[in-house]
Amino acid sequence: MADATQIDTRGAWGPGFWLKFAATGLVLAVIVPALNRGVSPNWFIAVPDYIVPLLGKYLCYAILALSLDLIWGYAGILSLGQGAFFALGGYCMGMYLMRQIGTRGVYQNPVLPDFMVFLQYKELPWFWYGFDHFAWALLMIVLVPGLLAFVFGWLAFRSRVSGVYLSIITQAMTYALLLAFFRNDMGFGGNNGLTDYKDIIGWDVHSPGTRLGLYIASVVGLGAAYLLCRYITRSKLGRVLMALRDAESRVRFLGYSATNAKLLVFTVSAVLAGIAGALYVPQVGIINPSEFSPGNSIEIAIWVSVGGRGTLVGAAIGAVLVNLAKSWLTAVQPESWLFLVSWLHGSAHDAGEWLIRGIFRAENWQFILGALFIGMTLLFPQGIVGLAHRFHWLRWRGRAAPPPVDDKPIAAEEQA
Amino acid sequence: MSDASTELAEPRPARDVLLYLNGVTVSFDGFKALNDLSLIVEDGELRTIIGPNGAGKTTMMDVVTGKTRPDTGEVFFRGNEDLTRLDEAAIANLGIGRKFQRPTVFENLTVFDNLDLSLADTRSTWRTLFARQTPERRERIEATLSRIGLSAQSGSLAGALSHGQKQWLEIGMLLIHDRQLLLLDEPVAGLTDRETEETAALILDLARDRTIVVVEHDMAFVRSLGARVTVLHEGSVLAEGSIDYVQNHPRVIEVYLGR
Repeated sequence: MADATQIDTRGAWGPGFWLKFAATGLVLAVIVPALNRGVSPNWFIAVPDYIVPLLGKYLCYAILALSLDLIWGYAGILSLGQGAFFALGGYCMGMYLMRQIGTRGVYQNPVLPDFMVFLQYKELPWFWYGFDHFAWALLMIVLVPGLLAFVFGWLAFRSRVSGVYLSIITQAMTYALLLAFFRNDMGFGGNNGLTDYKDIIGWDVHSPGTRLGLYIASVVGLGAAYLLCRYITRSKLGRVLMALRDAESRVRFLGYSATNAKLLVFTVSAVLAGIAGALYVPQVGIINPSEFSPGNSIEIAIWVSVGGRGTLVGAAIGAVLVNLAKSWLTAVQPESWLFLVSWLHGSAHDAGEWLIRGIFRAENWQFILGALFIGMTLLFPQGIVGLAHRFHWLRWRGRAAPPPVDDKPIAAEEQA
Repeated sequence: MSDASTELAEPRPARDVLLYLNGVTVSFDGFKALNDLSLIVEDGELRTIIGPNGAGKTTMMDVVTGKTRPDTGEVFFRGNEDLTRLDEAAIANLGIGRKFQRPTVFENLTVFDNLDLSLADTRSTWRTLFARQTPERRERIEATLSRIGLSAQSGSLAGALSHGQKQWLEIGMLLIHDRQLLLLDEPVAGLTDRETEETAALILDLARDRTIVVVEHDMAFVRSLGARVTVLHEGSVLAEGSIDYVQNHPRVIEVYLGR
């Protein structure tokens, strides 16, 4: 399945691109903070304090989705264990935040986090050493997911494990980590994970100012991750990866090492996921083993396919939109849906109310997500971005994509 | 099957052996795809290999290009490169190119990019990340495009090409890589008569400065190449010589016509 957006591999860094990039950056990193801090909270366009970490969380998910799109959309590596790298980055940040609590914990132990005192640890496990330093934590955020991906990828790609088999073993990897991190004697807080943070590099994690700072850090992280992914996918290596995705043995016979190319991009992707996790943890205030659950990793693939696989921008948009929908359906609902129904029917019927209340419940989220995934894949295989291209929504005046793009909607319609 | 009969080649200056296969056996679940196959291709030679289905033609190419490891036997390139120890990428970088039976081009890349990836250059993963397009490369790609008659399709997706154009693009990909030895697996399968003629001319042109091994079913095409022919049957060489010699060979006639 050809993707319209993948044809434009040259002239990718023109003024048009930077204009759009800067405009998006301006909205996210300047206007949103200004509406949070600079205007009266009573004003209708003001961004309330509780929204800021929520937006930050979505941006972390967007980075995570980008990391998956880099390997899935361009190299055909469907990792269903991407959540594991995210969680590992998050745990590294969590360990730093735990060490910052110091004597402010319930047990007031200057060295041991509360859960260790509770579990009767006598001393700090060796792998917690150094996490009182922010720089060490940053290093580990990059190294731990990167190293795991490197070793795992080396073993898998060297043995030419690909396709559905690779998806299954990545899923098994995250499940194994889930079980391991649930254990109390692993030294990571078991079931409860790491929480009750106080401050980060001297700033109170609960203060609106710090939260805004973390949000801006997430915007910067997303921007940097996007530029990196765009650079890789538009480079010659990017074309080698796309060639690998479509005809792997041909690429080998041309003399390229499929193993090395996949390994490089898989490792970069894991590091990005780890950074996303590290930005996520201080904003949500907790990291626990549920982040390793296989369902989480599958959800990431859904964000990417909803947004548009192999488009980068689509992955980020998909992550934000699906999570907005999730928050809305599980928190704001079902009253809003009832309102909609009563408005359409003139009055809310009991049966209708029962149905709506029954369907749009938090615990049904997985089913709604699954239906969304199946629907998108069947009806719009190119995702939201492909849909936008089809209707020329994103086609800027005078900036028409090269001719082959015009063939695309026809092909997409044939498939639909 | 070691009673292969060989017509003595006409006298000519001795050339170096480029590809040397000795006693190669490959079996899949007991079926011997190659059975004690021995074959020598000289440097600069154009060789055609024919044989009925299942004779081991494609398996032979798989062994040479590193896709399949032989159970026994030796495969040497340029006298001292042991191909049974190398993987596909390393063998490709030694200078052996391969065209597949079904045209295999990168359908989601443009025709230009297909050639760009094939153009001899660094294959290091790290360096491809920072590779830049140069006017020299562009010129070579454009020259190849005009040689294979695809200049007008330069910016189209390879997937949008016709079957014949894909075959040509694939030959162009081998051409631009500048390999010493080209293995062409059924280069005219599914082509029209005119395309077949053009392909034969292209192969003869290419054969002037490199060694080419062509596997083919189409006897008219094999005849038009006018090269030495090796007949494979049940995984080993049945006969070898000129096209007239092998076509009149009683065992070859028996294998092809009746059982």
